[in-house]
Amino acid sequence: MLQLVNFYVVPGLVLGAIYALSATGLSLIYGVMRFAHFAHGDLMALGAYVALGASTAFGISAWAAIPFAAAVTVPVALAADALFYARLRRSLPAVLLISSFGVALMLRAVIYLIFGPTPVTFPRPIVPPLVWEGLRIQRRHVWIILGSALSAFVLHLILSRTRAGRAMRAMSDDPDLARITGVPTAGVIRLTWVIAAVLVALAGVFLGLDTQLQPVMGFNVLLASFAAAILGGIGRPWGAAFGGLILGLAEECATYPLLAGAPLLEPTYKSAVAFAVLIATLLFRPQGLFRGMI
Amino acid sequence: MALLEVRGLVGGYGETDILHGVDLDADAGEVVVVVGANGAGKSTLMKAVAGLVRIRSGRVRFAGEEIAGAASETLVLRGLAYVPQERNVFPSLTVEENLAMGAYARPAMFREGKDRALALFPDLAAKLATPAGRLSGGQRQMVAIARALMLQPRLIMLDEPTAGLSPKFCSAIFARVQEIARDGIGVLMVEQNARPALAIADRGVVLAQGRNRATAPGPALLADPDIGRLFLGG
Repeated sequence: MLQLVNFYVVPGLVLGAIYALSATGLSLIYGVMRFAHFAHGDLMALGAYVALGASTAFGISAWAAIPFAAAVTVPVALAADALFYARLRRSLPAVLLISSFGVALMLRAVIYLIFGPTPVTFPRPIVPPLVWEGLRIQRRHVWIILGSALSAFVLHLILSRTRAGRAMRAMSDDPDLARITGVPTAGVIRLTWVIAAVLVALAGVFLGLDTQLQPVMGFNVLLASFAAAILGGIGRPWGAAFGGLILGLAEECATYPLLAGAPLLEPTYKSAVAFAVLIATLLFRPQGLFRGMI
Repeated sequence: MALLEVRGLVGGYGETDILHGVDLDADAGEVVVVVGANGAGKSTLMKAVAGLVRIRSGRVRFAGEEIAGAASETLVLRGLAYVPQERNVFPSLTVEENLAMGAYARPAMFREGKDRALALFPDLAAKLATPAGRLSGGQRQMVAIARALMLQPRLIMLDEPTAGLSPKFCSAIFARVQEIARDGIGVLMVEQNARPALAIADRGVVLAQGRNRATAPGPALLADPDIGRLFLGG
């Protein structure tokens, strides 16, 4: 039982928290702009690498470098929107999707160019895990889970208590009606990018801390993030966060040796879980658990 | 000069024009009702005034200023409110949040606007915390009208406010419309439910195929046998 918690549930929660941060941003962007943002994964990798750069340059920890990561992902997201997505706003969703694919390739190329293809890790001191009654958990995992929970809570406050957050929800309900009501839609779109880019920078640094940094790290979790957003009901940020946690837990627990010491699913096939969840959701509950927009 | 003056309006969707030169006047404190067969261009006319439909030519003046082609989000601040026929509330927002959205451009007016809304539609008081998507059609229409009134507009445009409502709700909506006009707000209303709507209209406008067919006080239109036979179903 302890083995299940230590080696499967805790890593599942950590991975789930990272998926949740990324999926929440995807879901917000889809809600406000009706657009599947394919560059989200590479924006995440960019955040992680900027944090790596800052932490090497200034000799600070990866945690302290998070603001630097966000300080780059936010303007990059705003620039991608201003340069590419804004002029395609009235085109078909597939056109926007493809343009974001282009942005994804550009971001990844820049990362390859500056940091090279070799996987690297954040400089991290070796610290003993926290142990309590046989329960072992790495300190960085505690921080990742707490950090994600705190971000989700702050996002909840923004969406439910602030005027700008209400405008975001209104626009995701009905963009035309929001416009008639006097909502400056361009401003709401910019705010959405700022929030999504901060969340994805956090996700990138967390993912880098949990495993390692490589240029395709974000692209590798993009599918799982979309699966989480769709599982939760796309356009519903809380649903996406919940979907992310479920998916992270499912991926890790799928390798648990439940029967005769052999893992249920070979770890190599772990990422197939996201595919399976995505397909099952689309087949049986396409609107997602929390009644999303498709 | 009327509060809203539409002259020779031509416009529609994509390459297809629906309106072929429509004239319309609406004044403060007046109920103006636009009737006509399906496809006559009634809703398109409102959307064009609201800036949601392409205008090819013609003038739209509101309070003396040209607004043809102005961005929809700027019209609220000029005092022009619009309630679309369908999808006229934010379903995932509560009734109170919907009202707050109505005062989005001037948050300071929220409290006072909410009091006025509840005075006009007392039934909403018990529903303030309910998501608007869970309300009945009639209640939704009330929320939509109340939301549009939050900033005390000079003119409110209602696109078929009684569509799909029970007769009881219809007469309630028409009674509220008269109250709104008595407060000095102009009401421009498109109605499928032509007879009861024209009965309260200071000005009735009959559209046919994107053109004006007749304009007269509502009761006069109702009394006209030709109009009755051609446009009001006998």
